[in-house]
Amino acid sequence: MVTKRIIPCLDIRDGRVVKGVNFENVKSVDDPVALAQFYNESGADELVFYDITASVEKRPLFTDVLTRVASCIFIPLTVGGSINTIADFDRVLKAGADKVSVNSGAIANPGLIDEAAKKYGNQCVVLSIDAKRVNGQYRVFAKGGRVDTGMDALEWAAEGEARGAGELVLNSIDTDGVKKGFDLEMLSDMAARVKIPIIASGGAGCKEDFTELFKLPGVDAGLAASIFHFREIEIMDLKRYLADNGISMRL
Amino acid sequence: MIAIIDYGVGNLFSLSSSLKYLGMDACVTGNAEDLRRADRIILPGVGAFGDAAEQLRATGLVPVIREEAAKGKPFLGICLGMQLLFEESFEYGRHEGLGLIPGGIYPMEEDLKAMGISLKVPQIGWNALDICKADHPLMKYCKNGDFVYYVHSYYAKTAEENLVATSDYGVRVPGAVARKNVFGCQFHPEKSGRVGLSILKAFCEVPYENLSGN
Repeated sequence: MVTKRIIPCLDIRDGRVVKGVNFENVKSVDDPVALAQFYNESGADELVFYDITASVEKRPLFTDVLTRVASCIFIPLTVGGSINTIADFDRVLKAGADKVSVNSGAIANPGLIDEAAKKYGNQCVVLSIDAKRVNGQYRVFAKGGRVDTGMDALEWAAEGEARGAGELVLNSIDTDGVKKGFDLEMLSDMAARVKIPIIASGGAGCKEDFTELFKLPGVDAGLAASIFHFREIEIMDLKRYLADNGISMRL
Repeated sequence: MIAIIDYGVGNLFSLSSSLKYLGMDACVTGNAEDLRRADRIILPGVGAFGDAAEQLRATGLVPVIREEAAKGKPFLGICLGMQLLFEESFEYGRHEGLGLIPGGIYPMEEDLKAMGISLKVPQIGWNALDICKADHPLMKYCKNGDFVYYVHSYYAKTAEENLVATSDYGVRVPGAVARKNVFGCQFHPEKSGRVGLSILKAFCEVPYENLSGN
């Protein structure tokens, strides 16, 4: 049976890995290729790269990083950030991505999901949602968590699924960077709403947080950045711990 | 030389870089002569079956693929490329495949539903191999329980004799299939870490016994 996945996430700006806490006070961490190699060897089930490069001029830096990473590691790579058109899909797939995650680009043009799913298959299209509680609703935020779209996250996820997204990354802005655990309430409500695999993001602080996460039916993967980047948790230790707790893992 | 067929359907990067990593001479090509000259051929693929089949036909390479496969040249289809080896697919309508392996491609969702199993489709992630033919050349470096990476919503239905290894996802998913010199992997060997690389290596070591005498 398919295992639960542990996915380190690398935010890349101008060719370097950064990690934002609550999407602010972004600080630099490490070299993306070195980190990717480290994760590949230490049991990561998949890697996610978000391009948070602000300027179009520096975009080739990201494509170059992606190509260098994809040349030396052989686990799945999902790429997100600045994906607004089919041409962007094409660019990152050619540079070595296996899956492409859309966020603000799909909010601005939901038809992008349909178009990409038709062209590359549903499994290639990952819908990434940054959500935050506003007035008793899970609100979708765009532009790296800065802009309240007014959209309901559960509705948007269901729409994305209907349009052909094959997977969902749900990042809770409320728990992101706080290291007090994943947003189990939000994830649980989301799992009741969509059938596609859900990758939980935001809030991992310790091994136990992952045990709690995978007890939720409908959550398939846990994504985290800083706890892995700073080696507060070693991925293999985490996976062994989870396997000992009865969670199916690739060891 | 290994020819990786380029027919405008993505995912060629990871495959060529893993072959390069294994020290193999691989060439991404849409050229018939390259396919004829190659020692072995890989048909990759991601996306929807109908579009991919159409794009493959548009290259004019289908007759060449048939000839080379009939000669006994080792041939490997990966993911959608594996599905294209079969006779037909029922992804968004009915589409014809290459027919190199008897059987068809069907949606997993309907079968899971009919069995009352609530598993997500697509199957995305790492699943264990249950090897049916331990002595098959593709499985040379593999053992039961090795994990490989799957991403798919449709799966093959074919005779037992064509199965090399399967994985359990409520339904029995044909992970690796083979008919003579024509092999297929539903999972992505180029994305399955060390295990996947070992399967690609095994494919590269399958001897080419030319059946046509030229």
